[in-house]
Amino acid sequence: MKKKYSIFSLAKNALSGHKEWPKMWRSPEPREFYDVIIIGGGGHGLGTAYYLAKEHGLKNIAVIEKGWLGGGNTGRNTTIIRSNYLWDDSAHLYEHSLKLWENLSSELNYNVMFSQRGVMNLAHNEHDIKEIKRRVSANNLNGIDSFWLSKEEIKKKVPIMNTDNLRYPVLGASYQPRGGVARHDAIAWGFAMRADEMGVDIIQNCEAHQIRTKNGTIEGVETSKGFLRANKIGVVASGHTGVLAESAGIRLPLQSKPLQALVSEPIKPIIDTVVMSSAVHAYVSQSDKGELVIGAGTDSYNSFTQRGGFNIIEDTIRAMVELYPVFGKMKMLRQWGGIVDICPDASPIISKCDIEGLFFNCGWGTGGFKATPGSANVFAHTIAKNEPHQINSAFNLDRFASGRLVDEHGAAAVAH
Amino acid sequence: MLIINCPYCGPRDQSEFSNGGEAHVKRPDGSKEIGDSEWGEYVFIRANPKGLFYERWVHTHGCRKWFNCVRDTSTDEILVTYKLDEKKPNLNNFKSVVKTPSGEPEVGSGNFTVEK
Repeated sequence: MKKKYSIFSLAKNALSGHKEWPKMWRSPEPREFYDVIIIGGGGHGLGTAYYLAKEHGLKNIAVIEKGWLGGGNTGRNTTIIRSNYLWDDSAHLYEHSLKLWENLSSELNYNVMFSQRGVMNLAHNEHDIKEIKRRVSANNLNGIDSFWLSKEEIKKKVPIMNTDNLRYPVLGASYQPRGGVARHDAIAWGFAMRADEMGVDIIQNCEAHQIRTKNGTIEGVETSKGFLRANKIGVVASGHTGVLAESAGIRLPLQSKPLQALVSEPIKPIIDTVVMSSAVHAYVSQSDKGELVIGAGTDSYNSFTQRGGFNIIEDTIRAMVELYPVFGKMKMLRQWGGIVDICPDASPIISKCDIEGLFFNCGWGTGGFKATPGSANVFAHTIAKNEPHQINSAFNLDRFASGRLVDEHGAAAVAH
Repeated sequence: MLIINCPYCGPRDQSEFSNGGEAHVKRPDGSKEIGDSEWGEYVFIRANPKGLFYERWVHTHGCRKWFNCVRDTSTDEILVTYKLDEKKPNLNNFKSVVKTPSGEPEVGSGNFTVEK
């Protein structure tokens, strides 16, 4: 039965002490065979299953997840959403996603808490100004809302920012008003619930061990719950995608590194937009609970430890305190790391490969959350049709042989 | 934060070093004959194991010399560092703590020092 959420269901459940809410999805035991198995129960994977069922009429689908839903990078990012990327290919992909975000709460009838509070990218030197202004123009040509803010305009929006008295003064910024933040759990749970209603089996605590192939065709996947046969497998395992690809004999151009984030103690509303700075490497927004959500950088070395080096945190905090002296005495509550898979050109891979029936959606590096619905949507198309959607045709694996890279090191806010 | 044993200077803080990615990568022979995909592989694809990994470091803020290292990427434990002209150590000499390809190590990531 389709679960409906409204002010009335909330009131009704409040009367019974919120103990009567129905389970959002089943927890079935895996069947022996599926048409499609998605490895990875984060937003991208669950969204892929949702769109496969909804737009492509496939029913016999499973999503297998090593831990719990959205417990990987979906739950470890800073939830920033924007589409102000430089190149046409990326702009189309991220804008496709942003448009889906704008309608997602009503489509899923589940509040993903998408808050379009605007995203600012700061310029701290002459080169930043040129690069960011170029990006603003490129965005405008692609129909993406983006404009240049002077220092005075920034001050008006974010009065607490120290623009002058610091080593790298703030000289201006790009601003995308339609950008913002969303609730990371909600996107995973919303997709999971609606996919489950269409018959998708969501299997948690089921770790993929090895992808099995035979004569260049997919056979299935060995998991901690036994061998599952499948016609098609989509791997959406972020940092661990490379490990799983290796088990099928495929080498992907990915390097896995910890990316850190941290949140402060909650305070009253003080910053009502998202401010990012790639030059001094600090970005911040304020959550609905009042915590500052701060994004740090990646470690310089490959690692699968979900913690990251302390020097990275130090760098970010240094920049934060310089930009916002008012935060200087705040306490940080939590810090964590997520393992991101980084591509040489800082763009994702949404592609089939040499093995028939095996598909990859990976390489999102430090900025995959914003793309969740768009990536899931075109990946579902790629899996169902055996060929890429027009939007993701540039993000294939062949580009590392042809050299037609989509170099987004400038627009990807975190230095790769 | 790691303590890295530079083969020339001894143990130093990680902040003195820069990472150089996978070690022992060989440029393919016969540059005229090989195709785009082989070149692409050499240029873009590097090993990315969860577990034992040969990698390079350079002591940037020290002796500025490059050296190689075997590190367990699931725990960040550095198992051995060695000079560039030394033979690469056999990985069988080390115990990998990852039981399944994408599983977590028993002690939890980064907690090997506690166990010892």
